[in-house]
Amino acid sequence: MRLLINKIFLALSILSAGVGLAFLAWILITLFMKGLSSFHFSLFLNDLIEGGLRNLIVGQMILAGLASLIGIPLGMTAGIYIQEYGQGRYAALIRDLSDIMMSAPSIVIGAFVYAIVVVPMGGTSGFAGAIALAIMMIPVVINTTDSMLSLVPRELREAGIALGASKYKVIIDIVIKAAKVGIMTGILLAFARIIGETAPLLFTSETSNYFSLNLGESFPSLTVSIYDLANEPEESSRDLAWAASFILTVLVLIINLTGRFITRNKK
Amino acid sequence: MEKIFQKLSLSSATLVFVLLIGIFITLYSAAKPAIDEFGLHFIINPDWNKEIVVETPSLRADTVANDAEDDAIADEDDMILDEDDDEMLLDDEDDTVTKTIYGGLVPIVGTLLTTIIALTFALPIAMGIAVFLAEIAPKNISYVVGIAIELLAAIPSIIFGMWGLYYFAPIVADLVGGYQVSLLTAGLVLGVMILPFMAAITRDSMNTTPAVLKESAYALGATKFEVIKDIIFPYSKVGIIGSIILALGRALGETMAVAFLIGSIFVLPKAINDPTISIPVAMANNFGEASGLGESALFYLALILFIISFAVISLAKFYFLKKAK
Repeated sequence: MRLLINKIFLALSILSAGVGLAFLAWILITLFMKGLSSFHFSLFLNDLIEGGLRNLIVGQMILAGLASLIGIPLGMTAGIYIQEYGQGRYAALIRDLSDIMMSAPSIVIGAFVYAIVVVPMGGTSGFAGAIALAIMMIPVVINTTDSMLSLVPRELREAGIALGASKYKVIIDIVIKAAKVGIMTGILLAFARIIGETAPLLFTSETSNYFSLNLGESFPSLTVSIYDLANEPEESSRDLAWAASFILTVLVLIINLTGRFITRNKK
Repeated sequence: MEKIFQKLSLSSATLVFVLLIGIFITLYSAAKPAIDEFGLHFIINPDWNKEIVVETPSLRADTVANDAEDDAIADEDDMILDEDDDEMLLDDEDDTVTKTIYGGLVPIVGTLLTTIIALTFALPIAMGIAVFLAEIAPKNISYVVGIAIELLAAIPSIIFGMWGLYYFAPIVADLVGGYQVSLLTAGLVLGVMILPFMAAITRDSMNTTPAVLKESAYALGATKFEVIKDIIFPYSKVGIIGSIILALGRALGETMAVAFLIGSIFVLPKAINDPTISIPVAMANNFGEASGLGESALFYLALILFIISFAVISLAKFYFLKKAK
């Protein structure tokens, strides 16, 4: 009897694992089939207005890149504070708040940036979109920096101090160097996460059919355009949305795998 | 230099604090007009963007003086005036004063119901996957499948939404009947979306069980099922609950996977396969066109969502997951 229950339970567990994996495989297969059949290299050469995706891909990269430029230094220094300088309650509080912010609904961040940037500026802009993404990114970078720095042995810091180096020298030249790989991986994962975000961009950067490098106006965004295109009745728009989703997913997966590859090589 | 660096890192850390407080204050002040207008009644009022008659010409003279009281009365008047709304508007359109009211009940109910459906669907499957990865599968299979699951958790949610709308929803609608865009399909797709995340963090919780405990149980002749039921679950229970609540928090605030499927209409669902709307989707689809009181009402919804998810995440992180450590 015990053995029978055991067998049934194990079978159920394997079955549910199978069901879950089947669903996820279904999504990936759909995405690759639909994406590949609509995919063409000319998509990289034309803008959305001409039926291509060039402006959207460039735009999304710029938004995510700019967000990283804002988010990484802020997140890293905050992480350094929590781990190296902060003592007691305040550092712990910041750590907790950052954890909460990491899971805050992304659409709420969008609404926040809409109220503090879009309304005063009088319209949507690439700048607002980048700020929204940066706010999404900061807590992730803090979390990574914090946990990676905590893995650096105390002795390394003490050795540095004993040699007469000042604390910030020790942090920059020794501690960060030692934790470099882990932090880089974390940053890559954070980048992969924000590049696929749609909700915070909907009413901050919006999207544009044209190529644009002007951050002061509505800015082309791949994800927002996928949402618009997928809801259009024409088959051709939807095909374009699938091609765009395919490119986005491949990009996200490559960044993720790169991150994992770096960490694994280190080990 | 040392001082500058220290100050710099302190101010970055403080930024997190400022941002969080800033989000609260900004949402609250943007929602203020709607909060003043509708109060807490907003939460239980199912009408969104509805014209109602506030006062008839004969009443106007007396009510102008005590506007404040009128607001309170207006709430009760809603109910009575609702039915003969149309006739009154037709009768003397020029003389009646109407105002647009907003209530948040429909999106709030929609958010909660889609989350419940998603959890009901994802929970058993995620547990199965986690048990499979942590206990059943051989090391190398567990490693590969584990990475696959983590990669799937990284796929942008908009892709789940598109897949759900064009491939999954038609099948569900065929099986269950009803609309393709509905509470049910939105909830299920949301469930599929949180599945990898939930499985991955639940597995991590289960993996914290010390090998010694498991080995002792096996040595006593326990079956795998008994080890999982009597050793692993009790040991990692708190962590698992924390992981589930964290996944719940994520489901509550998810926009894109739901936006494609929920139907986006402000109507209370009568059946599980009726279309309705959730808070994030209401914001995503109406923010652009909204202005004035309508926009303020959307901020009110955002504030409610933020408070709910703040509470849920704090509960998970600081009660369950801290305890698990």
